[in-house]
Amino acid sequence: MLAALGKQLYIIWSQLVTLWLVFTHIFKKADTVEYPDVMPYMFPRWRGRIILSRDPDGEERCVACNLCAVACPVDCIALQKAEDKDGRWYPEFFRINFSRCIMCGFCEEACPTHAIQLTPDFEMAEYVRQDMVWEKEDMLISGTGKYHDYNFYKIAGKAIGGKGKGEARDELPPIDRRSLLP
Amino acid sequence: MFEFVVGSPLNIVLILGAVLVTAALLIWVERRVLGFLNERLGPNRCGPFGIAQSLADVGKLITKEDWVPPFADKMPFIVAPVIVPVVMLLSFAVIPLAPGVGIMDLNVGLLWVLAMAGLGAYSAMLGGLASNNKFSLLGGLRAAGQMISYEVFMGISILGVVILSDSFNLREIVEAQHKHGWFVFSQFIGFIIFVIAGLAETKRWPFDLAEGEAEIISGFNTEYSGMKFGLFFVGEYIGMLLLAALIPVLFFGGWYAPFEWLELPNAIISGIFWMCVKTGFWIFFFILVRAALVRPRYDQLMNYGWLVMLPLSLINLLVTGAVVLAQGN
Repeated sequence: MLAALGKQLYIIWSQLVTLWLVFTHIFKKADTVEYPDVMPYMFPRWRGRIILSRDPDGEERCVACNLCAVACPVDCIALQKAEDKDGRWYPEFFRINFSRCIMCGFCEEACPTHAIQLTPDFEMAEYVRQDMVWEKEDMLISGTGKYHDYNFYKIAGKAIGGKGKGEARDELPPIDRRSLLP
Repeated sequence: MFEFVVGSPLNIVLILGAVLVTAALLIWVERRVLGFLNERLGPNRCGPFGIAQSLADVGKLITKEDWVPPFADKMPFIVAPVIVPVVMLLSFAVIPLAPGVGIMDLNVGLLWVLAMAGLGAYSAMLGGLASNNKFSLLGGLRAAGQMISYEVFMGISILGVVILSDSFNLREIVEAQHKHGWFVFSQFIGFIIFVIAGLAETKRWPFDLAEGEAEIISGFNTEYSGMKFGLFFVGEYIGMLLLAALIPVLFFGGWYAPFEWLELPNAIISGIFWMCVKTGFWIFFFILVRAALVRPRYDQLMNYGWLVMLPLSLINLLVTGAVVLAQGN
């Protein structure tokens, strides 16, 4: 009888403690960030809207290697390779369906030329579904994005117009093997 | 006609309007205060401080499709949501708000409130039954069991007050407290039992097992939409307001200030002011309870009701009766 009464009193006491603890929270500052009025701080490495960057000379970085399209888990990237008169590869069209994109960033990791990059912008809502499909012109920016010095064709060994074999950075001129005869 | 006498048309219109407006505002108040208690902000977009949120809610509910499921039992399905607000408003008729402010002074005012609360159980019961949906039926069953069980000792718990004040008339109960001191001190156990039973009676947290959105979707109002759901919703808030007004009347001295020197000069203004303060406190308490306490299991609820609350209220009644008898002779 007494033990049962004590248990009931303990139950009531614990409920009162809960009430008091919750009540004290009314004096604490709300954690809410009132988003449209107050913009939250977006981290530089946030995986948001996808852009295509240019190299320091202002040329398109993308070489249309299709690695991003292969890496994409939802197959939202479509592109077609083309080649200009200098021998540089570039995408004839580059299309991302953002209604499918899950912002995983695999395309950025797969890209050998730092062309495709994710940015902290996340406000991409559209009223028309078709507007979620972005073309190359929509995504191409005039800057270099996160990597300011990288220029793929200056480093890679591929010969293009204006840069022959062996003229890339850290690259030796081609060796004539026959001249090495004793 | 236009003076503050109990039952005058002015009183009726003012009290009806005030109760309906307050009940609508409570929708916003509850969400806002809950927000603060959870360290959130709550709805603050609609009007200053979000005060027009209730209007927006009502607008949404009215413009929604008012759908009666084809498998439902039509007549009770439509009648059920009307019952709650009507009986809750009817019980408000006997609540004395200030000297001369009230709709009627029934000799059996307390019984009237209990009877109306009992009728309120039909709303959830019929709604759950007529929806012809298993979850609704479960919710209706739970509501019926819970409300009938808790009504038993809700009635017994306030018999102590009736003994002490020698009346079922709520206005006389308030006057008796003015004479003898607040009944919360002399009837502390009865007061606690009444608050708990009242929470269960209005199906408010933590006794919202009839709705239990985590277990049975929304219980008896699963199939309801539009303004039919809105009536359930408003009825619940009127019930909360009724309970918050009834507790001060029964235990906290009604419209009288806690101390003589706190009374405002005009008796009616002072009465309404203190009534609002006390009612507001209890509304805040109910919201705090909603924010803090968790829902018990159904068997725990029943156990607690029949094995703890009922004996306790009976003992309280016996002891009160014995003491009054001993003092009287």
